[in-house]
Amino acid sequence: MIVYGLVAALIVGWALTASVRSAHSGQDLRANLTLIAPAGAGGGWDTFTRELQAAMRAQKVVNNAQVVNIPGAGGTIGLGKYSTMDGQADTLLTSGTVMVGAIALNDSPVTLEDVRPIARISEEYDVIVVPADSPYQSIDDLVADWTQDPKAFPWTGGSAGGLDHLIVADLALKNDIGPDEVTYIPKSGGAEAIQVLTSGGARAAVSGYNEFADQIEAGRMRGLAIVSPEPVEGIDMPTLVDQGYDVAMTNWRGLLAPAGITDEQFAELEEIVAETVQTPEWKDAMERNKWADVFLVGPELEDFLVEDTATIEALVEELGL
Amino acid sequence: MESIELLLQGFGGALTPANLMWVLLGCLLGTAVGVLPGLGSSMAVALLLPMTFALDPTAAFIMFAGVYFGGLFGDSTMAILMNTPGQASAIASTFEGHRMAKDGRAAQALATAAIGAFIGGMTAAVVVVFLAPQLAAWSANFGSAEFFALALFAFVATSSVVSDSAVKGLASLVLGLGIATVGIDATSGTERGTLGVPEMFDGISLVTVTVAVLALGEVFHMAARIRRDPHAVAMRPSGRPWLSGAEFREAAPAWARGTAIGLPFGVIPVGGAEVPTFMAYDLERRLDRRRARPTFGRGSIRGLAAPEAAGNATTGTAMGALLALGLPVSATAAIMLAAFRQYGLQPGPLLFDRAPDLVWSLLASFFVAMVVLLIINLPFARIWAKLLLIPPPYLYAGITMFCGLGVYATSGSRFDLFMLLGIGIVGFVLRRHGVPLAPLMIGMVLGPLAETSLRDALLSSNGDYSVLVGSWITLLLYGVLLLVVLLTVRSKIVSRTRKDV
Repeated sequence: MIVYGLVAALIVGWALTASVRSAHSGQDLRANLTLIAPAGAGGGWDTFTRELQAAMRAQKVVNNAQVVNIPGAGGTIGLGKYSTMDGQADTLLTSGTVMVGAIALNDSPVTLEDVRPIARISEEYDVIVVPADSPYQSIDDLVADWTQDPKAFPWTGGSAGGLDHLIVADLALKNDIGPDEVTYIPKSGGAEAIQVLTSGGARAAVSGYNEFADQIEAGRMRGLAIVSPEPVEGIDMPTLVDQGYDVAMTNWRGLLAPAGITDEQFAELEEIVAETVQTPEWKDAMERNKWADVFLVGPELEDFLVEDTATIEALVEELGL
Repeated sequence: MESIELLLQGFGGALTPANLMWVLLGCLLGTAVGVLPGLGSSMAVALLLPMTFALDPTAAFIMFAGVYFGGLFGDSTMAILMNTPGQASAIASTFEGHRMAKDGRAAQALATAAIGAFIGGMTAAVVVVFLAPQLAAWSANFGSAEFFALALFAFVATSSVVSDSAVKGLASLVLGLGIATVGIDATSGTERGTLGVPEMFDGISLVTVTVAVLALGEVFHMAARIRRDPHAVAMRPSGRPWLSGAEFREAAPAWARGTAIGLPFGVIPVGGAEVPTFMAYDLERRLDRRRARPTFGRGSIRGLAAPEAAGNATTGTAMGALLALGLPVSATAAIMLAAFRQYGLQPGPLLFDRAPDLVWSLLASFFVAMVVLLIINLPFARIWAKLLLIPPPYLYAGITMFCGLGVYATSGSRFDLFMLLGIGIVGFVLRRHGVPLAPLMIGMVLGPLAETSLRDALLSSNGDYSVLVGSWITLLLYGVLLLVVLLTVRSKIVSRTRKDV
């Protein structure tokens, strides 16, 4: 009996301290913060979220930051669960282009309007590459051939309806090629797209620069264009825009707060995020991962999201997905 | 022989006391998660990913390698003892391995598996060390058409698991193919069989189905029979802990054949080590039928040795593919790829030049991990076998708990638990009606490969079917396929009586 009594006392005591702790954390966002990565371990969102966590911890912006993974359906599963966490200011959700695309693609009942976006933080750029032995030396060569017989010109890149696919679709539209004529072989990631390209299954590939950087440097592939609004320092490739094709969709990532939190809490969260992205750890993470700093908050962020959503929705619609 | 010199330097890096400790830790952890059904090495590496913020790259990757290979040594343990494979790569080991355990040869079966895994892994490590650059060139030959030929080849090469009862076997295969199509179709973005449930958009994972059908199905089966035939449950492990000379001689050629089948599969990204394990099992079974005294069906040591060696040979070379090509051939490799990026390293053609210290220490640690794992696993074979002495109610309750834990831990979703339960019940019903479960797994593994590669190939060629026979690899595969089919038909006609005992 004594043993049981002791165990019971321990459990009750632990539960009490735990509940006191959690009540406290509700008031102080800088003590405890949970970041939800709406994807599995190892992916882009997971890396982004864990780098943020590391930066928050290292500079004590937040004492105890945790990461929780809720993977599935391009982040819409995570978003769906998150939308039920009304008023839980100590939980943030990672979001980005992929989620905007997945909402449009899956006709998700929950959208970014059901949460409060805090900030756009970073962005990654896609590049268009061809195998080293390809005849195309510029994007003009490639487009000239593509417009001849679009169906016989296979592209490859990330998943169907994802950013890579949308870029190909947008480029097609700008060159009067019907999106239904685009031949696109969707793969689950850059590495698989590389396999398709090098084995001759596709003539050109579109995916994140990081995926192809080494292949380009090793001389197995040639980069024809980077898909970004401005030329990027350190990447020796002209932008599509500079070559006369008005396509500049990027892969942005940022953080969302739940609906139903007070304005004071929202302002505090904004402040926490702003401080985190100024830490040397975060700057180092941006450098290592080759992410571009595109910090954006407030009304400009809301305008950006409306615009981004509209563009992506229109393209998904055009592709008939 | 520059490789040898570099490898020796690598051993210098890997054999520091700290790194040895990380290898050991990784091996123990990997074995543990491998043993528990549902917890795979991919999840263990995913959970350890944050460690990359604290450790230097060499230590981290050496530990990951330990986990990676540890999972492969461990996954067969429960497959043999309890008929509940730890991960999909051990499914083929359940067939004869569990029969050996039922026959009172649990310790021998575990030793066979451990040695098989050791031989396969060691051979793969040697191949990777000396042939990594050539692997890169070789894999570029594999396009969608080649994958499709390979998938068809694998379907036929694993067909012997179907042939016990053709109708039931095919029904099971079709069910597996059906489960594999659930989710958003990768090529067209169309939802298939999701019933509009967002949790099903990404499909039903092979891990969930493996755990549900094999592990949970076994638990339900045991629960249903436990009061009726208690003797079927009681398996007394025999006292002899080690393989006899005769057993060793019997298993040796199977280990070699399994390794030979497994090696090339690591380089071609067909998704994990399941396909070669099934093919190795099938080959042994076919060879066995030609022997004077067939042993399959009674716990054949060869039927266990070959898939174990094949599984580890594939995983070993898959690691080479990851390093030399940046191709994540398995789920675990995909997460390790992410870990490389955390350090600002990109596996691929330039990694050997950019971070030679890391690469060669990592390769050397493969050898160390293999030896450590053999040392851990051989003596433990006897202790693991003692698990069978736990009264079944407690034992199977424990397995059920770990099944749920493993599936829940992957994504933290309650939906997956209900899915596990539902599929587990389906698995139980299939088992009660004598439907073989292996074809279901094979259908799930090969179905998506065959489907996407066929569609990709036709997309590339703009609908021209001649692309399917457009290279020497495809022609070779179809040629061998035709030969196998002809030989099978011939042997059926010549002797319709030869069967397993």
